[in-house]
Amino acid sequence: MTEMVYGTVPVQSGDPVLPRWWRTIDKWTMSCILMLFGVGLLLGLAASPPLAAKNGFEPFHYVQRQMFFGGLAMIAMLITSMMQPSLVRRLAVMAFGVSLVAVMLLPFFGTDFGKGAVRWYSLGFASLQPSEFLKPAFVVTAAWMMAASQDLNGPPGKSISFMFCTFIVVLLALQPDFGQACLVLFGWGVMWFVAGAPLGLLICLAGVVVLAGAVAYNNSEHFARRIDGFLSPDVDPTTQLGYATNAIREGGFFGVGVGEGQVKQSLPDAHTDFIIAVAAEEYGLFLVLVIIGLYATIVIRSLYRLTRERDPFIRLAGTGLACTFGIQAMVNMGVAVRLLPAKGMTLPFVSYGGSSIIAGGIAVGMLLAFTRTRPQGEIGDILLRRGH
Amino acid sequence: MIRTPLRPLARILKARDRGENPQAIERENLRLRHENMRDQARLRAESRLFVLGVFFLGAFLAVGGRMGVLANSDPLEPRSSVIGADILSTRADIVDRRGRILAKNLDTHSLYAQPHTMIDPEGAAQKLAQIFPDLDADALLEDFTGKRKFLWIKKKLSPEQKQAVHDIGEPGLLFGPREMRLYPNGAIAAHVLGGASFGREGVSSAEVIGVAGVEKHFDDYLRDPANGHKPLQLSLDLTVQAAAEEVLHGGMKIMNAKGASSVLMDIHTGEIISVVSLPDFDPNNRPRPLTAADKDKDQSDSPLFNRAIQGVYELGSTFKIFTAAQAVDLRLVNPSTVIETKGPMKVGGRTIGEFQNKNYGPLSVEDIIVKSSNRGTGRLALQIGVKRQKEFLDSLGFFQPTPIEMVEASGGRPLLPARWTDLSAVTISYGHGLSSSPMHLAAGYASLLNGGTRVEPTLLKQDGPQNGPRIVSPQTSQAAVKMLRKVVTDGTASFGEVPGYQVGGKTGTADKPKPRGGYYEDKVIATFATVFPASDPKYVLIVTLDEPEIIGLGKKRRTAGWTAVPVTSQMISRIAPLMGLRPVVEPATLTGVTLTSQ
Repeated sequence: MTEMVYGTVPVQSGDPVLPRWWRTIDKWTMSCILMLFGVGLLLGLAASPPLAAKNGFEPFHYVQRQMFFGGLAMIAMLITSMMQPSLVRRLAVMAFGVSLVAVMLLPFFGTDFGKGAVRWYSLGFASLQPSEFLKPAFVVTAAWMMAASQDLNGPPGKSISFMFCTFIVVLLALQPDFGQACLVLFGWGVMWFVAGAPLGLLICLAGVVVLAGAVAYNNSEHFARRIDGFLSPDVDPTTQLGYATNAIREGGFFGVGVGEGQVKQSLPDAHTDFIIAVAAEEYGLFLVLVIIGLYATIVIRSLYRLTRERDPFIRLAGTGLACTFGIQAMVNMGVAVRLLPAKGMTLPFVSYGGSSIIAGGIAVGMLLAFTRTRPQGEIGDILLRRGH
Repeated sequence: MIRTPLRPLARILKARDRGENPQAIERENLRLRHENMRDQARLRAESRLFVLGVFFLGAFLAVGGRMGVLANSDPLEPRSSVIGADILSTRADIVDRRGRILAKNLDTHSLYAQPHTMIDPEGAAQKLAQIFPDLDADALLEDFTGKRKFLWIKKKLSPEQKQAVHDIGEPGLLFGPREMRLYPNGAIAAHVLGGASFGREGVSSAEVIGVAGVEKHFDDYLRDPANGHKPLQLSLDLTVQAAAEEVLHGGMKIMNAKGASSVLMDIHTGEIISVVSLPDFDPNNRPRPLTAADKDKDQSDSPLFNRAIQGVYELGSTFKIFTAAQAVDLRLVNPSTVIETKGPMKVGGRTIGEFQNKNYGPLSVEDIIVKSSNRGTGRLALQIGVKRQKEFLDSLGFFQPTPIEMVEASGGRPLLPARWTDLSAVTISYGHGLSSSPMHLAAGYASLLNGGTRVEPTLLKQDGPQNGPRIVSPQTSQAAVKMLRKVVTDGTASFGEVPGYQVGGKTGTADKPKPRGGYYEDKVIATFATVFPASDPKYVLIVTLDEPEIIGLGKKRRTAGWTAVPVTSQMISRIAPLMGLRPVVEPATLTGVTLTSQ
């Protein structure tokens, strides 16, 4: 009767958005990301005042900016993580188109800020680096194509995505921005690997790389000198790497103390590429291990959750996002400890940078959206097995 | 490979019979196939994701481990980032043979500015211009208000200047501690010491580097901290050097010469006791060297030019003693052998003349030296022959630059005839056709007169005599000294007698060569090469005057006998007592002297 009089009670299908989000989100990964952002602000307090003083700003100018952009990034991350994977895919493919066009138009409308590489659009109050957005969007798009190719009668998605990948790598290398180019290539390679690249081909590729490296080492003096310089245990203490290495040594296990570090005065990239050296000097090995632990947790936990994922698109996209995120952190820290040759790459969420932190927020938001717990049809498996 | 059809014909036909849609069968099969593939792909992806996870875990562990190793290792020696902190400004002293200071480092300060830290650039510029009259206030202000963040203003400040700058109270004006080179004796021994200037300069110190002379030759030694500030001891005697310079300067003025040089050498040890070249300069304020812009000026007239070592001249009749000594040593003649010196004498198509076209007739070898006969030595040279003459002069060091420890020494390369003909042998026998430096002549005389062993000139204090290879027999050496002594007592150098010091020597007056060939009529190099005391030769002194001219007995005189000889005798009378030589009374002069109480 009541219904006939007052109409039906609106019924919601499924449970409300927020509780479901909270129930299914990977809380470990999310808290690690929030902690990383906090660490970034803490280190920004230490590393950026010399730069601010040099550029004539308030001492904590860069910290305030980082807080503002970081806040935006956190909001973007939360919103993205609440979306359904299909919505994420749709938006990401659109974003891929837009950012690809933006990257292609860089030579005409971009600016280089006097750094020799045209990577940015100047927006007045901030600068925008479209390749930062292109990277996660490409990963999702490529995952979509690869997943489609796995269907019977599907399109040749692997080849198409590889063509896109090559095109983007060439575009980025022309800027030149070899760091981003390598990241894009690495992301595609990881997805290709997980999507089932033939093992024989992989072994052949590895052999070719080793062979090419050996030939280059033996024939190119320049290349050999760089490798030897990297392998030699001595480091010139007046180079950026030398300062970074010395800062890590100065810091020891528990650091020289908050605000006592010196490396931020001598390193021009202390707030971006070498922020881990600032962390090591002021807070010691302790904080460095915490940071490494946070990154490792994010990457490995995401990969672990993806192993249970049945949907090939979600699996591939999640793998690509998690691995690009992890490799970026690893390369940045590997350079500072001279495990890897010098390459300018920022530490995600910790290094200072406006558009990079927002793009990073969107990327981990997508990752969180893909790693949410969802029904994987396990019960079907059980029932089918019983039925056999 | 077994291909399973998506549309199995049997089922399709059955379905058609039943009137069902056969597409549903295909879709059903497709779905099942996909699910099957998906499970397979998931299993494969599971293992590959596991590989990726292990890779990342390993990579992060490696980074963390490496961080741990680094954090556990000791930091490198902290290096100051101040540029030039590694610059060593130390430089050892230079002292004379008795330990008196010739060159020393002195603490001073440089003045530099950091305009971006200045409070009142205008006031600073004006006050600086008041303190340093050579600075221009407008130029300073331009520098202080421009883009530069750093500029040097003064390289050396006196303590008073430093205090005055300090009193300006400008925080952008800063002092850089450094050491400067000081030559407390001014121009004395200027050419030997050379001079010093700043090399690499930093804010906290600056290198002091030698630019010439022994300062440059011994630069590495002087700057080497491993030597522990041990001073460099030279063979020079400061007082002798000062006296020699004073006398030579006076002589140069009286004789209206444009330049002069003297070399005093110990004939046994080879030590240079004094070497003078005039005009000279103050090494504390070294004059600008001649550059390409001054190419019309003669390099050898610059005060920086060291006439005693760099200057090569035809030294004239001073060479005759070499010819005579060699002839005696070869036993071709003895000092009393009589040689015909009558003209005319033609060698290689050229007539050999005498000074003022004199004709001496037959002369003993000794008299050839005493009267300085060109034809006499020429005939001796012909007897000796080209080959033996070359060997002899080579053994005396006339073919190489002197080995003296100065950077300029290599510039004093002797000029030798391109083809050494009989004519060359004859002209060289009386000092024409071969140019050498006064230092060469001193070394040659010392080697000939010290008993006949080769001695090389050195500027470092020696402990004992150099026992070089034998050149002539001791008897020849003695005979040569005797001949030279006779030149002073009876010959062309009668003004050279210094009572009690038994001076022996040989004059030389050589016409100066024109730059484009031929000789000047009225420009000479007058040289007097002496050895003293003759009874026990100890020192050789070479005095050279460049273009001297004096009125003597109503005539213009340019010969060494009238110019270089009196200067030399004056010099010996000054320096011999300084060197501790006691005057000896020669037995020969005793006769006729009545010793009475006065």
